[in-house]
Amino acid sequence: MAMVSDAPKGNFRLSMLVYDTRYRSFTIQVIVLGLFIAFVAWLLLNLQANLAAKDKDISYSFLFNRAGYDIDQQLIPYTNDSTHGRALFVGLFNTLAVSIAACFAATLIGVTAGVLRLSKNWIVGRLMTVYIEVFRNVPLLLWILLAFSIFAQVMPEPKDFKVTQEMVDQGLEPPAQKIFFDSIAITNRGTNVPAPLLDRPLGSVSVLDVPINLSVLAAIAVIWGSFWVNGRIRASAKAIQEDTGIRPVTWWKSLLVLIVPTTALLLALGFHLEVPAFAADENGVSKGFNFVGGISLAHSFTALFLALSIYHGTYIAEAVRGGILAISRGQTEAAYALGLRPNRTMNLIILPQALRVIVPPLISQYLNITKNSTLGMAISYLDLKGTLGGITLNQTGRELECMLLMMLIYLILSLTISLGMNIFNNSVKLKER
Amino acid sequence: MSNSHFVRTQMLPPQKPPVGETGVIKWMRENLFSNWFNTLLTFLGLWAVYALVSGSAPWFLNGVWTASSVDECRAIIAASAGEGASGACWAMINERWHQFMFGFFDREEYWRPLLAFGLLFVALSPVLYFNLRRPTMIMTAGAGVVLVMLLWAVGTDGWHLSLAAVLMAALAALAWVAPKKLLWVTLAFPATAFFLLWGGSVWAPIGVMLGFGIAVLVWRSLVSVIGVSPAAGVAALTALIWWGFVQGHVTGFLANALPFFSLPAEDSDRFGGFLLSFVIGVSAISASLPIGILLALGRRSDMFLIKTLSVGFIEFVRGVPLITMLFTASLLLQYFLPPQTNFDLILRVIILVSLFASAYIAEVIRGGLAALPRGQQEAADSLGLDYWQAQRLIIMPQALKVAIPGIVSSFIGLFKDTTLVALVGLADPLQGVTKVVKADIAWKAAYWEPFIFVGAIFFIFCFSMSRYSMYLEQKLKTDHR
Amino acid sequence: MKKSVFLGTLAATTVLSGAVFAATLDDVKARGELICGANTGLTGFAAPDANGEYQGFDAALCKAVAAAVLGDPTKVKFVPLTGETRFTALASGEVDLLVRNSTWTYSRDTDLKFDFVAVNYYDGQGFMVKKDLGVASAKELDGATVCIQTGTTTELNLADFFKSNNITYTPVTVVDDTEAANQYLAGACDAYTTDASGLAATRATLADAENHIILPEIISKEPLGPVVRHGDNNWGDIVRWTYYALLIAEEKGITKANLEEVAASTTDPETRRLLGLEGEMGVMMGLDNNWAKNAIAVSGNYGEIFEANLGTSTPIGLARGLNALWTQGGLQYAPPVR
Repeated sequence: MAMVSDAPKGNFRLSMLVYDTRYRSFTIQVIVLGLFIAFVAWLLLNLQANLAAKDKDISYSFLFNRAGYDIDQQLIPYTNDSTHGRALFVGLFNTLAVSIAACFAATLIGVTAGVLRLSKNWIVGRLMTVYIEVFRNVPLLLWILLAFSIFAQVMPEPKDFKVTQEMVDQGLEPPAQKIFFDSIAITNRGTNVPAPLLDRPLGSVSVLDVPINLSVLAAIAVIWGSFWVNGRIRASAKAIQEDTGIRPVTWWKSLLVLIVPTTALLLALGFHLEVPAFAADENGVSKGFNFVGGISLAHSFTALFLALSIYHGTYIAEAVRGGILAISRGQTEAAYALGLRPNRTMNLIILPQALRVIVPPLISQYLNITKNSTLGMAISYLDLKGTLGGITLNQTGRELECMLLMMLIYLILSLTISLGMNIFNNSVKLKER
Repeated sequence: MSNSHFVRTQMLPPQKPPVGETGVIKWMRENLFSNWFNTLLTFLGLWAVYALVSGSAPWFLNGVWTASSVDECRAIIAASAGEGASGACWAMINERWHQFMFGFFDREEYWRPLLAFGLLFVALSPVLYFNLRRPTMIMTAGAGVVLVMLLWAVGTDGWHLSLAAVLMAALAALAWVAPKKLLWVTLAFPATAFFLLWGGSVWAPIGVMLGFGIAVLVWRSLVSVIGVSPAAGVAALTALIWWGFVQGHVTGFLANALPFFSLPAEDSDRFGGFLLSFVIGVSAISASLPIGILLALGRRSDMFLIKTLSVGFIEFVRGVPLITMLFTASLLLQYFLPPQTNFDLILRVIILVSLFASAYIAEVIRGGLAALPRGQQEAADSLGLDYWQAQRLIIMPQALKVAIPGIVSSFIGLFKDTTLVALVGLADPLQGVTKVVKADIAWKAAYWEPFIFVGAIFFIFCFSMSRYSMYLEQKLKTDHR
Repeated sequence: MKKSVFLGTLAATTVLSGAVFAATLDDVKARGELICGANTGLTGFAAPDANGEYQGFDAALCKAVAAAVLGDPTKVKFVPLTGETRFTALASGEVDLLVRNSTWTYSRDTDLKFDFVAVNYYDGQGFMVKKDLGVASAKELDGATVCIQTGTTTELNLADFFKSNNITYTPVTVVDDTEAANQYLAGACDAYTTDASGLAATRATLADAENHIILPEIISKEPLGPVVRHGDNNWGDIVRWTYYALLIAEEKGITKANLEEVAASTTDPETRRLLGLEGEMGVMMGLDNNWAKNAIAVSGNYGEIFEANLGTSTPIGLARGLNALWTQGGLQYAPPVR
């Protein structure tokens, strides 16, 4: 306040704590702090009394006991002999897997739908409107359940892919066929996709009980290296262009740098795809219950992934549409006046500016996707909620410990995502002078 | 040399444009086939529409509305559409629609939730259109007409039907004569809705409302003497004393002395279906508004501690999934309340969902506050208004107006999220009631019908609300630049 | 703006309080209502019907307890609980009694601090497969996909069984039993595993029941029964003996129909003690002397309840099997009323 300087000094009275604006905020804060501490103390005392009444304690030692249950999808090695703690990490990685995949897919769907909704094509515009309105006005849980049901009820059974003796004799085809060049089989049990395999892998080292695959590390290093070299090539091309006005032809260099080292590495490691198939005897008659080889994605994953990306895709689409509409028409007109073609106008003028408007809602959608992945529990997708907050909680009866730990992990996840995205947001933000 | 010349005195009539540039063809050329890519998209779109319609139409067209079990449905479909034809068994919905709508609420008492639903719109009208005669009247009367039709549809007896009709007509008349007075309906709505839904003696909700009345009286009489914050503190304390120690005796005595003002009590475990969704959604949003406003103000406060606490609460709640809040309600709350306190799950869920929603509402309102130019606050300061006066008279009315669309979309989100309560064992329409219905062997085999039925109802509600919020957004757009 | 609805609700709803952990009986009497934790909907055991009234084998036991304690079988409130929330609800005193197909296990009895007072249904986990799979024993299921409900003991039993037989499987975990059966029927898994009663019930409702077989192996013991909290022995006794009263009634041939007649004419001393015609049996537990009579009057004796909800006359069509009286080769055995 402006009057602070001429306030009387020296004679402090108790009533000034309430009436003097200099001290009042101090008083209020002290009262609030007192109330807050009292509230927390009240909760803790209740907790203590309740634990005593139930004859329980708080202990996380169950995390080191044998879990005893199986998880149908795991990114790190896990058997039912592993500990509850390891099950927690399997769940956490499952959460991350479905969230990251759904974030990418939702962005793709959302940007496409958002741009297409503004399309001049009447049918496409209307279809996108219908898609957006239908999907965002019905609960996500319904889409998850529906996607799961469709996979389970509509897709063919694995046995429909089997070749029987009868078929071999009569030269018939089995009722169901794999798609994409005979490589992917969608059954009502899961999606079987080819698995990348190496004949001469580099082996792995174990860090803190988590095996790290050296072959994958090598591949990442090579790919990163080729991108770095490519970046240098482009930078030097740009420097030449700025000096001389003529851009040297670099596309073949880039292509070479990007493709050759990776291919060489893969060849050296003996890379091939293992296509899922039924085991067969010498006559070509299939044996066994299920596809052998390849990677089997459980439908709980696929359904959750699809539902999350389609549902949140609608929100991203609206954000994209809003972002594009927020750019004034003058920008487009100016770009046309400069002679830019429509799609270059979109790429060079409109989208970079729209990005600033789009990024904040995009962040909150990414957060929502991560949080909504917990709905996978309705279809038994064993994510963090399914393992730590579901089966572990149920088997050990440690609801307090499990729930608190789970909340903490989700909080850390959310804060990490918002931190990362805020850094990105700051980098695309309009630099004001 | 002939110097005859010819000057046209009449204009030629304009020639017809080429066929390709008029009417349907022009429209199609411009909008559907302007280039190869667009043409491709058009055909893809047409193919998608065809595939959807041809795939699902027989199933819908073969639907059976009256049967006593899924097997009977299938027999009827097989008889009418031929062996192997698929069809919907809407008979399941026809037999059990009331559970999808009202859960296990007493069938004789359906007029109560419906009347509360109708009054909700009356209570909303002065909030949305304060002191505007026409829209308030239209909304009230419209709610009345719809209410009477709904009551008739669920087979309410004549006495309650006419009671509701008279009440709504009176409220519509009130809206026309004195639209401002309708605000009292809004203030009384929580107690009215509570009384209608849970039943019991009328004195309990009146006692609770009296607590608010006492708090307001105390505040008014003290505010000029000891200032805003201390007065609010004393008022809150008085109200708490009333609710905690006095009210029980007073309402107990009144309930014994005047027992005839009561409705048959309904336990909250009999709530289910869309009734449950609405009860949770509406009470959570209305409870979260005041909390959200306080949190938003706290987040913008200069006081470090208050700011830290507000930010901490908001970020914590926004950082965890709603499911964890629901499981907190069902599993953890009992650890943090005094031993042997126990109140029912629906109430616990409402409290936790309100806290959850308040963090989101706080962010929406903070957006509204941020949209106001700083000059507004400075102008209020220069007029000599204190903090609360400035908030009440200058800042909040403008900020809330900007925030209304955001609040509506928060409500839509929350309403959709009420389906999650099934995961803690409550009978939400999507999973809870469906499970109950499918526990009956007759309907065990029904699969898609409940999804479609529940999804359609959610769509109708959410779509109309989102359209309404867009309309409001357009209407409220008085520029703030 | 509306004043917060929930605050009003909070203040107006009578906060149920009292010595939850000590005298459940006093609480129930003071409240005038028994609160029973039940399934959210399991055919035959507990599910609300079209009028919202809970019906089923487990629900009948709750009603019998309500009748024994309060003299009125309608004074019972069912709280639907999921697999995750059931034990917490019981531990926190939210329900007085849990009758929700809960398996009696060591750790639930000791670590979770509950008392399983009786076993009202002896069950065991089995497998159902389609006939054309060509499997005759569960040990041939190597590499098979198995549909299973998560969060129950069946999941652990399954892992143990495959482990001890040194064969592998792929679990398809599904959140509830009905959905698991749906997945199995759609062919999403080769085998469906749950309690044998559930298997039989599912099989009985199939249009093509002859195409499905239940494998002979029963891989676990699943004694299902009513659960109460540790430390309130009187309440445990009441639930236990209400259940035994239903068993003894079947043993003695007392049915819902002939109850009054038997009470008027019987000379059998144990029957007379049971029906409160002799001695002060009910008073010993703090109940009325005709507690057992009230309990039996609700839906008859154990046999009648079984037949009405699960038995061969219902679509579920379960045979008594292990749940026959001990006199008929089953395991249901009640100690004497003396």
